[in-house]
Amino acid sequence: MKDVDTFPNETAMGPYLADQLDIRGISRRGFLKFTLGITAAMGLPFGMSGQVLAALEQSQARPTVIWLHFQECTGCTESLLRATHPAVETLILDLISLDYSETLMAAAGHQAEQALHESLEKNKGQFILVVEGSVPMRDGGIYCKIGRKTPQQLLHEIAPHAAAAVAIGSCASWGGVQSAAPNPTEAVGLQEALTREGIVKADGTALPVINLPGCPASPYNLLSTVLYYLTLKKLPEVDAKGRPTFAYGRLIHDNCERRPHFDAARFAEQFGDEGHRQGWCLYKLGCKGPETYANCPAIEFGDVGANTWPVGIGHPCFGCAEQGVGFHKALHEQSDVESVTPSSLFPEIFTEHAGGVTVGAAAVAGAIGGGAVVYAVGAHKQLKQLEAETATSAASKTEEEVNQ
Amino acid sequence: MTEVYRPVGGRLLTRQFYFMGFLALIAGYFIIRRFIFGIGDVSHLSDGYPWGMWITYDVVTGTAIACGGYAMALLVYVFNRGQFHPIIRVALLTSVFGYTLAGISIVIDVGRYWQLYNVFLPQYANLNSVMLEVALCVTLYTLVLWIEFSPAILEAMKANRLLRQLRHVLFFFIGLGILLPTMHQSSLGSLLIIAGYKVHPLWLTNIIPLLFLITAIAMGYGMVVFESLYASVNLKRELETDMLSRIGAVIPWLLILYLVLRIGDLAMTGNLVALTRPGPEPFLFAAEMALFLFAIVTLLNRKLRERPTVLFWSALAVVLAGALYRFDAFMIAYNPGAGWHYFPGVGEMLITLGIVAIEVMAYLFFVKKTPILAMHRPHPA
Repeated sequence: MKDVDTFPNETAMGPYLADQLDIRGISRRGFLKFTLGITAAMGLPFGMSGQVLAALEQSQARPTVIWLHFQECTGCTESLLRATHPAVETLILDLISLDYSETLMAAAGHQAEQALHESLEKNKGQFILVVEGSVPMRDGGIYCKIGRKTPQQLLHEIAPHAAAAVAIGSCASWGGVQSAAPNPTEAVGLQEALTREGIVKADGTALPVINLPGCPASPYNLLSTVLYYLTLKKLPEVDAKGRPTFAYGRLIHDNCERRPHFDAARFAEQFGDEGHRQGWCLYKLGCKGPETYANCPAIEFGDVGANTWPVGIGHPCFGCAEQGVGFHKALHEQSDVESVTPSSLFPEIFTEHAGGVTVGAAAVAGAIGGGAVVYAVGAHKQLKQLEAETATSAASKTEEEVNQ
Repeated sequence: MTEVYRPVGGRLLTRQFYFMGFLALIAGYFIIRRFIFGIGDVSHLSDGYPWGMWITYDVVTGTAIACGGYAMALLVYVFNRGQFHPIIRVALLTSVFGYTLAGISIVIDVGRYWQLYNVFLPQYANLNSVMLEVALCVTLYTLVLWIEFSPAILEAMKANRLLRQLRHVLFFFIGLGILLPTMHQSSLGSLLIIAGYKVHPLWLTNIIPLLFLITAIAMGYGMVVFESLYASVNLKRELETDMLSRIGAVIPWLLILYLVLRIGDLAMTGNLVALTRPGPEPFLFAAEMALFLFAIVTLLNRKLRERPTVLFWSALAVVLAGALYRFDAFMIAYNPGAGWHYFPGVGEMLITLGIVAIEVMAYLFFVKKTPILAMHRPHPA
């Protein structure tokens, strides 16, 4: 039958990535570019983009994610969604099975709690726990309650069954703004809360926690972490503070486009002065780039176009992504410079090029000039002689005339 | 045009000629190196200073010095001063080789010389480009110069039939030979307008094309005078002081016009303040002015300009002043930004020196073998 042939097999229909891209108006080319970019952002070799692409396209690989909100402003979720700028990133949310998120789920109340319970039962030991916001330790955590449960209770209930945890944002990483002095709720990050509450995985091993600090955390760092997990089936390498080294491996200062001005001691002294308008280093205005580890200079921030990240638009870095810096140091306090001398890999402000005068060149120039002078003076002498001759002959001529 | 041109004759292979040949051989060695190992091997040219010695001297200054033919043609044919006609062939001779060798040095200077022919393909022509104007105009003028100069060669070859035919069309080429340099000598200045702030404010002006044109004409006259005196001394010919001093008398008025325009423009644009800024530029400017003023003062004075020695030095001053003006604008007071340095390399200078040597050799060859110099009318006894 002709009609049967033209229609695709019903079992082959499904929420394919290609259809999703089509619906969202994203070209295949754009999607591949995104894949390449995100592969680079993860610090993976270029050749692995094929694997990343495969991971993106495998819809059955969707890991379950349970997303908990504690003491926070939901800025991390907002920046991830960025309702004004939907792009491939929102699509990634479709690649994970976000079974529970207070912000994003349609269900509310008991219905929501039931979804959480069901997902927990179904995905024991499989799901990724994402925590946004800090845990108030004072008074047993009564300052933050969801469904009448404190964060501690929720963590005791959920965390032991997670495969891994991601602490998104500075609040979940180490307390964030709530932990700023005097820290009335004794807010701490996820890792510390787990330690202090003695929460471990059901099998007795420690729950791995990946910190993605930032206020808000750069959505690309979450996407990269998720994709890393999807591609390689393991968690990315982290530093001593639990941050993925692909994103938090270098100081902002080291990748900053204004770094050459720092090395040349050209500083903006106050907002709007000559140096500030010239785009000089913001260190003296309190830039925390020299002590903050993040990839903002490389991938920028806010995703609204070229050179838009705090330092790029002329404001000193606040150090939001660094423990003990953002929300702990004053905005315009000068930072501790961790690396004073630049890497030898950085280009200088003014590259010195060859092409100056050499001894040989000076000698040749001198010889040519000297030779020219010798020739000119020689001609002058001969001319002078001729001049004298004509003068005498003219004189003798007039003499002759006089004599006649 | 009753004068008679005669070959000077005499031995061609003199010691000086061998010396020039030696210089040309050295240049040949470096030119071969340039074509095997590239421009970087012999020169100090860089991305900051893509125009160095070769463009500044061989092309910009070289063609201005070679403006003798143009300047004399202006005087003879436009202002109808037939009395200067005897000197026109020798002026054309220097022009022919000045321009031809400038063209050759472009081939040496351009990085991808095998692409040069594209300049002449109309489908690639960018009609808004000053560079295109210069390239086409200089090439065309070089051809025109050879046609203008060809009677001397044809006479030496005794190709009388061809000579007669040529005489019928020569007026057209003489006309072209006046039009074309007017176009490209000014365009050589226009090249710097594009360079913008890289050129020091004392040299950068929108009237730079006019300034380049005026100085090129003055340098042309200066060179004719200088060359005639120098040749008289070295080829043991009688001095043409009378005619030369009359040519020399034209120069100061050109230079006065130039100075009024240049300083007036600097005053009007307010760039005269740049004279008070530190650095070598104000001194270079002063040196240029001193040379120009020396030539003006000496050549305005009739008594002085009739003395061959004074005429010699003031003609040289005009040429040097114009050359310094071009060197300053293109190289010395040209600043592409911090970190860039330029001083011509050894090979670079020796190639230029060799090109000058070839010009001198060509001059000697043609003057001795073909009818270039006018025979002196017998002195009234």
